[in-house]
Amino acid sequence: MDEAMENNELEVVENEPLEVPSESHSDVITYDENEEYLLEVNHLKVYFDVLGGEVKAVDDVSFALKAGETMGIVGESGCGKTTTAFSINRLLPDNGHIKGGYIKYKGKKIAEPDPEITGLMKDRKKRKLYKEKEAMMAPIRWKEIAMIFQSAMNAFNPVHTIGAQIVEAIQAHEDVSEDEAMERARNLFKMVGLPPERVTGYPHEFSGGMRQRAMIAMALACNPSLLIADEPTTALDVIMQDRILAEIKRLQKKFGISMIIITHDVSVVAETADKIMVMYAGKMMEYGNISEVFHHPAHPYTIGLLGSFPSIKGEKKKLKSIPGSPPDLVNPPKGCRFHPRCKLAKPICMEEEPPIVELSDGHWAACHFAREIYSGELKEE
Amino acid sequence: MAEKVIINVKKLKKYFPVRGGLMSSFGSGKEQKFVHAVDNISFTIKQGEVFSLVGESGCGKTTTGRLLTRLEDPTSGHIYFHKRDIANLEGKDLKSFRRNVQMIFQDPYESLNPRLTVFSTVAEPLLVHHVGDTIDEREDLVAKALEAAELKPAMEYLHRYPHELSGGQRQRVAIARALALRPEFIVADEPVSMLDVSIRAGILNLLLDLKAKYGIPYLFITHDLSVARYMSDRIGVMYLGTIVETGESEKVIKNPHHPYTRALLSSVPVPDPDYKRERKKIKGDLPSPINVPKGCRFYPRCIFAKKGICDRKDPPVVEVEPGHFVKCHFAADIPAMDGKADEEMEEKVELGEQLLQETMNSAGNDEEEIEFV
Ligand SMILES: Nc1ncnc2c1ncn2[C@@H]1O[C@H](COP(=O)(O)OP(=O)(O)OP(=O)(O)O)[C@@H](O)[C@H]1O
Ligand SMILES: Nc1ncnc2c1ncn2[C@@H]1O[C@H](COP(=O)(O)OP(=O)(O)OP(=O)(O)O)[C@@H](O)[C@H]1O
Ligand code: SF4
Ligand code: SF4
Ligand SMILES: [Mg+2]
Ligand SMILES: [Mg+2]
Repeated sequence: MDEAMENNELEVVENEPLEVPSESHSDVITYDENEEYLLEVNHLKVYFDVLGGEVKAVDDVSFALKAGETMGIVGESGCGKTTTAFSINRLLPDNGHIKGGYIKYKGKKIAEPDPEITGLMKDRKKRKLYKEKEAMMAPIRWKEIAMIFQSAMNAFNPVHTIGAQIVEAIQAHEDVSEDEAMERARNLFKMVGLPPERVTGYPHEFSGGMRQRAMIAMALACNPSLLIADEPTTALDVIMQDRILAEIKRLQKKFGISMIIITHDVSVVAETADKIMVMYAGKMMEYGNISEVFHHPAHPYTIGLLGSFPSIKGEKKKLKSIPGSPPDLVNPPKGCRFHPRCKLAKPICMEEEPPIVELSDGHWAACHFAREIYSGELKEE
Repeated sequence: MAEKVIINVKKLKKYFPVRGGLMSSFGSGKEQKFVHAVDNISFTIKQGEVFSLVGESGCGKTTTGRLLTRLEDPTSGHIYFHKRDIANLEGKDLKSFRRNVQMIFQDPYESLNPRLTVFSTVAEPLLVHHVGDTIDEREDLVAKALEAAELKPAMEYLHRYPHELSGGQRQRVAIARALALRPEFIVADEPVSMLDVSIRAGILNLLLDLKAKYGIPYLFITHDLSVARYMSDRIGVMYLGTIVETGESEKVIKNPHHPYTRALLSSVPVPDPDYKRERKKIKGDLPSPINVPKGCRFYPRCIFAKKGICDRKDPPVVEVEPGHFVKCHFAADIPAMDGKADEEMEEKVELGEQLLQETMNSAGNDEEEIEFV
């Protein structure tokens, strides 16, 4: 357990001005062609139809994940984290549509905008398309890409015991006997700190945190290649959170599992992730290696987000938080979506959408002044 | 503030029977077994007071909340609400009691009806109580409640269904609904667990405003100690169905005496990828509440446990300083035994507090006064 944690050791870089590569200006996140990615998300856009418009929940988000890597997604409530996850697993509700970009898993396209379907037999064609998509995703869900849902209540069927549901998930993908599957369920329970004899319990007999842990057990049941964990520890106390995160890391290392961890808690990302993506109002604000982004944030929103958490090391700084609230996603602000709350905003920010700038290898930020902030030329106050 | 006791809980117990099939693995024959979810707890909540329950997952916090709002029938014990025992209310009396208390559920999926829009959800209690004469008036009240719960602009959300909201947004709708009617007593079960710090600050301040203004007593359930400290006048630390330490929040956090409380405080995480946390003030997992350990329930995990005493006798409740109670055989001596680690712990707590204070200040009360009917 400790060993797994220690792995997270990162180099501390002091805050000295850095040299910024000047020619690498680009507004497209490029993938390294020599690398093999498990997951590629490219210029993804997901909108929801609602009364009176569209909620632009995910609006041009790109990232890529290699085998064994962990990426954290952070951002305020409602910024599009769960929607990003649901599009990878194709679990979007009926009113949610992929409007642009694509997602590739193990080199295969698993999500792209639906073709426009019109004319005669529209509904039948739509149903057919839906069936095809489902047929493609069914073998991938749980076995390849497992998901820990934000609400465990939503994930379990209330009329079956939790053990039966885990057994079902295992047997759907693997040819094992019921006894074997049940034994595995018991072991998984032990792993997440639940008494194994309680596998025969129903979801309503579990406390909030117990349900969340059962959900984690179920997600790990089929040894997935990619684990998407949406706020996996919100219902857990610090001791249990610590233990579960360590356990997940241990398994990750052992089986080379990749993980996307979604959270509003920056300390959880700090403890688990290799990379981080900061989202704001459906947009990617900053993306890069965890210690790069923590020590040299180049986006005012990231700086605000990190500044609103205390650090145990060094002198105690005065803590800051970001005033104001996130915008309406039906009519998001023009230009940079963060401008109404940004202390560094200039007139250009209200008009032009900022480009996505690469600051160092694999570290990107979407701000008109990312370079200046990164190099230390521009500071708040 | 008036010292009037509103809630007085006495020797409250809730045991859930364990179903058949399970027993085979225990091999202990036919006797009925129980989950000792809440096992003999007592506490009071005064007018305008926030009492927080903190403790590990599965220790019985939600069950306590459900008993106090009578969503669950107690196995035994008393719950006095304004001096009247409501532990065994039934029928009409129970219904009218429930109408005056509100519970904000841990999982917002539980508190929201999937077939009602946000507007109908929040307006429903207004209708039941005949508040607001016209649709417009009600819409206005609902919009105010939503904005107070940091759902802005409210118009964007009124016509959405729960599944059309993010997790944190759902949590805030549940809060707006619970507060719309200014109930006489509120149980808030992890109400901000899904919210990031900046929104969290606004919600916590909203709850505190209502408390200050109308003297509403709260039972506040959380696993986040800095939130508990910010919110509450008094804290109760729960462990495996019992309360092991209770007192004014400052006393419990700054001068914890129970080994479990101390372990909890020492594991507060730190948001820095380079920091290695000191942990391990506690061993193993929460034991099954079906086979409760004899003697002190914390014995199997306690680093100060003494054989022959702790594993034999149920520890007494000791008053270590006025109003600060600890259930441990060695309550008075624990801090000295644990001395070394104290400094660090205090620093962590201070940082947590600083964070909250700061976010509270910056969230500010710049909004217009919220009038909840
Ligand atoms: N089915 C839907 N219809 C309409 N809007 C939706 C739907 N699902 C989500 N949204 C909206 O899309 C935005 C992004 O939602 P999402 O659930 O991805 O947020 P999130 O980042 O996961 O937030 P949280 O931390 O609160 O869970 C939110 O503003 C939400 O209201
Ligand atoms: N209806 C029920 N039937 C059987 N057991 C139950 C029932 N409700 C709760 N329990 C058990 O009672 C114990 C206490 O549960 P409770 O929900 O009160 O915990 P909690 O302190 O709220 O935990 P968490 O922080 O995880 O939400 C748990 O072991 C739980 O499984
Ligand atoms: S583009 Fe302008 S408004 Fe947006 S984050 Fe950068 S400085 Fe702030
Ligand atoms: S009574 Fe003994 S086992 Fe229980 S908390 Fe005190 S020292 Fe530990
Ligand atoms: Mg979410
Ligand atoms: Mg609970």
